[in-house]
Amino acid sequence: MKRKHKRLSFVALGILILAAAASLILFAFKDNIVFFLSPTEITEKFKKNEISPQQRLRIGGLVEKGSLTKGVINRFKVTDLNKSIIVEFKGLLPDLFREGQGIVAEGRYNNAVFTASEVLAKHDETYMPPEVAEALKRSGKWKPTLEK
Amino acid sequence: MNSRWPYYTPLIILGILAFYFAAGLGQNPAKVKSVLINKKVPEFLLPPIKGSLKGFSNSDLKNQVVLVNIFGSWCVSCRIEHPFLMQLKEKKSIPIYGIDWREPDSTAGPKWLKKFGNPYTLIGDDPNSLGAIAFGVTGAPETFIVDKNGIIRFKHLGPITKDNWDETFKPILKDLRKK
Amino acid sequence: MIIEIGHFSLVLALFIAGLQGTLPIIGAHRNNHSLMAVATPAAIIQFILILGSFTALTYAFLVSDFSVINVTSNSHTEKPTLYKISGVWGNHEGSMLLFALIIAGYGAAIAVFGKNLRPTLKVRILGVQALIGTGILAFILLTSNPFLRLTPAPVNGKGLNPLLQDPGLAFHPPLLYLGYVGLSLTFSFAVAALIEGRVDAAWARWVRPWTLAAWGFLTGGIVLGSWWAYYELGWGGWWFWDPVENASFMPWLAATALLHSAIVSEKRDSLKAWTIFLAIIAFGLSLLGTFLVRSGVITSVHAFASDPTRGVFILLLLIVTIGGAFILFAWRGPTLKGAGLFQPVSREGGLVINNFLLTVAAASILLGTLYPLFIDVLKLGKVSVGAPYFESVFVPMMIPMIAIMGLAPLLKWKRGDFKTAIEKLKFAIALSVIGGLFVWILIDRASAFTSLGMTISLWLLTATLTELAGRIKLFRSSLRESINQLFRQTRASWGMTLAHAGLAIAIAGITASSSWKVESIQIMKFGDQVNVAGYNYTLKHVREIQGPNYKALRGTFIVNKGDDINWVLEPEKRFYTDPVMTTTEAAIRPTFLGDLYAVVGDRDEKSGGYITRIYFNPLVPWMWTGAIIMVLGAGISLTDRRHRVGAPSSNKIPAPGIPAE
Repeated sequence: MKRKHKRLSFVALGILILAAAASLILFAFKDNIVFFLSPTEITEKFKKNEISPQQRLRIGGLVEKGSLTKGVINRFKVTDLNKSIIVEFKGLLPDLFREGQGIVAEGRYNNAVFTASEVLAKHDETYMPPEVAEALKRSGKWKPTLEK
Repeated sequence: MNSRWPYYTPLIILGILAFYFAAGLGQNPAKVKSVLINKKVPEFLLPPIKGSLKGFSNSDLKNQVVLVNIFGSWCVSCRIEHPFLMQLKEKKSIPIYGIDWREPDSTAGPKWLKKFGNPYTLIGDDPNSLGAIAFGVTGAPETFIVDKNGIIRFKHLGPITKDNWDETFKPILKDLRKK
Repeated sequence: MIIEIGHFSLVLALFIAGLQGTLPIIGAHRNNHSLMAVATPAAIIQFILILGSFTALTYAFLVSDFSVINVTSNSHTEKPTLYKISGVWGNHEGSMLLFALIIAGYGAAIAVFGKNLRPTLKVRILGVQALIGTGILAFILLTSNPFLRLTPAPVNGKGLNPLLQDPGLAFHPPLLYLGYVGLSLTFSFAVAALIEGRVDAAWARWVRPWTLAAWGFLTGGIVLGSWWAYYELGWGGWWFWDPVENASFMPWLAATALLHSAIVSEKRDSLKAWTIFLAIIAFGLSLLGTFLVRSGVITSVHAFASDPTRGVFILLLLIVTIGGAFILFAWRGPTLKGAGLFQPVSREGGLVINNFLLTVAAASILLGTLYPLFIDVLKLGKVSVGAPYFESVFVPMMIPMIAIMGLAPLLKWKRGDFKTAIEKLKFAIALSVIGGLFVWILIDRASAFTSLGMTISLWLLTATLTELAGRIKLFRSSLRESINQLFRQTRASWGMTLAHAGLAIAIAGITASSSWKVESIQIMKFGDQVNVAGYNYTLKHVREIQGPNYKALRGTFIVNKGDDINWVLEPEKRFYTDPVMTTTEAAIRPTFLGDLYAVVGDRDEKSGGYITRIYFNPLVPWMWTGAIIMVLGAGISLTDRRHRVGAPSSNKIPAPGIPAE
């Protein structure tokens, strides 16, 4: 094979692989970018039909005090101090999961219940996930309440 | 020269990535919340902890340079800095206001303070993180310097020690008190 | 006092590193032998000084010196000794000190073992290595000093996160660091070669063993981390495509590509610029990983608490190091044209495709990992990229790569004969296809994809063994002759055979455990029985027990299968006091076909029973075994004398037809 042809065939193969990779990536992105929403945002977007029950989402907020029921399916509420959402999770809750703490859960939302496939809590009790803090701030509910 | 350009691409891509990383650092919530630096303390009103009569709100923060310290009985780094805070109280160096953050129940905070001592002029009970969010807190302990006009001037992450007190806090306080 | 000595030692090391990073390089440029002579002693002294520092910190942990902030934050008198030691690197500051130690260690190794290196090259390597070291030491002393004191010293410390009090995780950081910090050395090799303006077979021959060592350690470190996650997190998962995991995986992919590219550079005087580029990228990805984990720009369950100052410093280090290298690359790259030519269908061709696929795979993982950051900076919202993205992108790319992995060793250098190679592989092809069909048709719930995975795994194994069989002339001459030949094979070639075979076995494990995992969650009272994957589990009882620094609920399962199996599985749920934390300890029993995995959870108040989770994880032991075989292969290859002998005296391009290694 002539040198030029050799180089061409390599380049062609390279482009082919890149193209395949790019399409794979774009296709994968489409279904697998998971948006992070606060409870307020989730309820609003669902009402406006901006999110669907099949869509994978992440929700963040504080675990509402007194809302946790453990069991084969764990149930608790996540709140951004404005709205709260019921979360159901059939799985092992992370060991650092506690009421009053900020958590992030990933799963699907269908009309008031968020079915979580994953619950993330950091292995460090002095940490508040930044998205949770921001979501709480966005909810506008850091104004005074004597809520106890 | 023609065939050089592929050799430049890595550098260019690095540059683009570096831009994103730097921007990402700027977005870092710990830094973003220090957007509060040189801004007035946001409005908040925290109830008293059990056994106290008075809580703590933003209206308490005026007329003198003070510290606002976020702590909790669950936070062991707070236990590390605690003796130093007691020292500050003994020496009457500066009033310290406390935000008792995320206690599991209403007796945990008071018990801890009873056991180790109470260096605070006023304490606000903050189980729902309202105060913490107002200050943009991402962990404990954190300490803020608030000046005479109720403006946040400085945020310190982690325990206060003699070293960082001398090196960092003292000069700022000296400066603020002059004004 | 010891702490102050440790601190001082570190400052001295910084000073020496600074000298080592500048004088020898200038010396090599000006042919000034006295300046060049600084390199070797400096490298050794620097290592000894940092070792002294590290020892001082370890001592402080061992004796529980709580006047040191780092010890107080991360240790406790009640911790078992092993974990007092592992606490040294189980935190940000200590782990950076370990980082510095390993960089200096690799530098000292070159100083001592690099006698046959061309002096100018050796000195430049040591110089670049020292420059990196300077950056890290400065970072430690300025932002992450482990030797800071605390007065008054508290009576006891914060303790170490119980999740880290575990043999697997205790050794995970050192192994991982020996791996991706080891890539700093190949980086130094690359930059030194760029400065010198010369990349020859001697250089490539020198790079390979060090890349192999780093790769071996990195493989071990990653697998150890996965294994830990598997038994500690309580549900049998072992890889989550978390940014921090990706941060260690991308350098691994780059290092694998580099390993193979270096072979072509050494034997065929080709792909030189590409090899250099990979060496820079591999270490760049390591630094990037360090940045991602410690700066807070990306949310991850693993990330240390974020400190923007540290983030800025690491970013600067990253930009200066990699940017500098890329500038050199842009300048010198075009001069690195090789002389070796090859056909597309040849061993080089196969290695090029392998490299390309590995690189594209690493790039797509990088894209997925950084995408949330891009979206966040562009203020388009907060997103995360989930595991499905990585799986749907990575796995399809690996399938052709593994297919070629089986074929390429049978192709000749320069001009390979596809027909002959396939002819030799016909048995392997047949076996793989039949195996795949067998899985698809006969095994329940086997999807097409899973069958493909098993086919690929079988293909790689049989093709690799076919290649070995060819070399020892199996079935073509007497058995005795074959056995003779077996012992004559070089260790380096054993390395390849073992590594490829190990990967094949691991792939089978990965495919099976991902596709055929059986999970059963239920509430069990004492005496209740449940059947999972053919095994009968009876919950005998749950007792409270006392451990060294924790209390625990221990469940006892009796497992039966037919008459001949009667095992006891005792999972625990532990409650630590310093700091307050709960952990789940699964009970695992490996069998040839999979792991029996049992977890005891909370008590269910209503029924009085306990929530239990029981799993059957198919072929998981194959994953670990395969990985161990891969690391073994790297180790054996490293003992090959040909790797340790210095440069050959001539630079002639060897003729085609030489064996794989």
